[in-house]
Amino acid sequence: MAGGAPAPPPAELASSPDSVGVWRARLRLALLGFRQGWAIFAESRIGLVGVAIIVLFGVMAVSHPVLMATVWDPSVYDPVTGFAFDRPDHPAPPSWRHLLGTDPLGRDILSQLTFSTSSAFMLGMVAALVTVGIATLIGAVSAYFGGPVDAFFMRLADLIIILPTISLLIVLTALFGINLFQLALVLGILGGFGGTAVVIKSQALSIKVKPYIEAARLAGGGPFHIIMVHIVPNLLPLSLLYMMFTVTGAIFSEAVLSFFGILNVRMSWGIMIHTASTGGYLLAGAKYWWLVVPAGAAITLLCGSFYLVGRALDEVVNPRLRRR
Amino acid sequence: MAGYLVRRLLQILVTLFLFITAAFFLVQAQPGDYSSFFALNPELPPEVQAQVRANFGLDKPLWQQYLIHLRNMVTGNFGISFSHYPQSVREVILERLPRTVALFLTATVVSFYAGFFLGKLLAWRRGGVVEYAATIAGVGLFTVFTPWFGLMMIWLFGFKLDWLPLGKFLDPEVWRDAPVTANQVFAWMLITAAAWSAFLFVALLAAPRLGWRLGAWPRLAGVALTLALVAAVWNWTGAGYLALDILKHLTLPVATLTLISFAGTMLLTRNSMLETLREDYIMAARAKGLPEKVVRDRHAARNALLPVVTSLVFSLAFAVDGGVITESVFSWPGMGMTLLEAVLSEDLPLALGALSFVGVLALVAHLVADVLYVYLDPRVHYQ
Repeated sequence: MAGGAPAPPPAELASSPDSVGVWRARLRLALLGFRQGWAIFAESRIGLVGVAIIVLFGVMAVSHPVLMATVWDPSVYDPVTGFAFDRPDHPAPPSWRHLLGTDPLGRDILSQLTFSTSSAFMLGMVAALVTVGIATLIGAVSAYFGGPVDAFFMRLADLIIILPTISLLIVLTALFGINLFQLALVLGILGGFGGTAVVIKSQALSIKVKPYIEAARLAGGGPFHIIMVHIVPNLLPLSLLYMMFTVTGAIFSEAVLSFFGILNVRMSWGIMIHTASTGGYLLAGAKYWWLVVPAGAAITLLCGSFYLVGRALDEVVNPRLRRR
Repeated sequence: MAGYLVRRLLQILVTLFLFITAAFFLVQAQPGDYSSFFALNPELPPEVQAQVRANFGLDKPLWQQYLIHLRNMVTGNFGISFSHYPQSVREVILERLPRTVALFLTATVVSFYAGFFLGKLLAWRRGGVVEYAATIAGVGLFTVFTPWFGLMMIWLFGFKLDWLPLGKFLDPEVWRDAPVTANQVFAWMLITAAAWSAFLFVALLAAPRLGWRLGAWPRLAGVALTLALVAAVWNWTGAGYLALDILKHLTLPVATLTLISFAGTMLLTRNSMLETLREDYIMAARAKGLPEKVVRDRHAARNALLPVVTSLVFSLAFAVDGGVITESVFSWPGMGMTLLEAVLSEDLPLALGALSFVGVLALVAHLVADVLYVYLDPRVHYQ
């Protein structure tokens, strides 16, 4: 820092003749990193089990519209308004026409189950993207600037961490009647300004002191450039990891709120259990198992699979956990 | 240390203030106001309605209502509950808060100990079938859909095996001729439990200083002896059967909440132990020829404890939420069920009061865990 104005940033770096080569090299590096990461990931059977379950649910989500368009008659199999005329008794036990039986209102359980899968995925994805988007940006900004910015965001995160989220959401959903997408946004905002931001910021702090950040600053990079080009890309692996945990939390919260019957959605796994519970079919023993077990197992399995993938990713991101 | 505590306390107070403000405006922001909810309620006489209006300042602008609300919070005047009229919100909360605290405290303490113990063993025996099975079971419990799990527990233990009651706080048939109220009995039960655990804690600390080195079995026998003594005293007072009834109703919710929250501690302890076991001081301890058990418990587990306590601090809000869900599933009349009932019946003063107190509970638990951490980690300096 021996005086003199900092050199102007090398203009139009990206469009120089070499840029194609640079991008090719970057692509190759990314592929290599991905392959190495996958090798570590695949080593843990837990992660593979998680991926398998997620793929299974993906197939289920895709199968519903396809089946509705081809095999299933909408007047019978619609998850909300359908009615199984072919059975006199509802809830009817599993049969060939209704593989998982029908609910007390005569609707097909399998159709409800597969229909709810895609909305669960949508909710999880939106909540995770919003969470990680906010958290990564806040983490990078507060680590880079420090001082009052950092203090403000971290105190805000402290506040959100100790909030009883479900209790707050119960009040919010019951009084305002929010729908699935709004719930995803609320969950994403709460998560993004909360605990995830703290974790990502601590990682950003360790990146901020790396020599290449110093080099970028000496080369004349402004705060925006350094945060977006040098800090955020290095935070992405950790962000990906926290996306997985966010998905688990989001699906869980949605299911709890619809189980209480206060969320404004047409059909979801939580509502399926709510229907069985308010109808008084739960204590009839195992006789009406198909009303509760498929939906409960679906929630548990999908939450669990994202959590398992998250844990396997943890071993990729955090070398101290590896066995070698 | 004292300075740190004061500062932490101030921070908590600021947080509490922000939370109460947020809760107030959340309830205010919904369509309509208090008056539109009670105007059509035939159970509320007009003079009570007028009193509510004056209490909440419903005819004044919003910022004045907010100031009135803050004053009401400080003086503990939360107004009347629309759905529990003529009980006031404060009475409802005072009755139900101890029930939630008992549920939450028991489950948190038990699940922390059990989770730490099992996680320690899992890391120590890494790579076996047991570890895989326990990890899968742990992830299952950690991510299981809480209401579903609660319903399954009710079905299994309450219905199929018929060991425990299906839910609720007590069995009215047992209490019909009871000379005391359930709240009195429950308060005495809480006092007994607190005194008993304090005694055990002191005994546990004092025994090694006095030079008594007891094995695991004599220690367990001692605990069982004190427990039998407590039961005998209760039986002698004549309220034993009433306490037993409440205890029976308490067992299933506590067991459920414990099972769903211990898995997180277990999985985290396992990870933390695995990291600790790679440290040089573990190798040094082994090289010194210390017994494996000492290396595991004194050298590895003690250091692996710190991140687990940190995460406990973070997961307390989660545990409070789990309590809310568990209470609703088991019809355990605590704060969580009160909150859900209040929002469903649009009993806004009770909803606001219950939400505030659930927040206070989470904040206090947070503060306690924070203070605990200061004692556990001597390396951290608090100015």
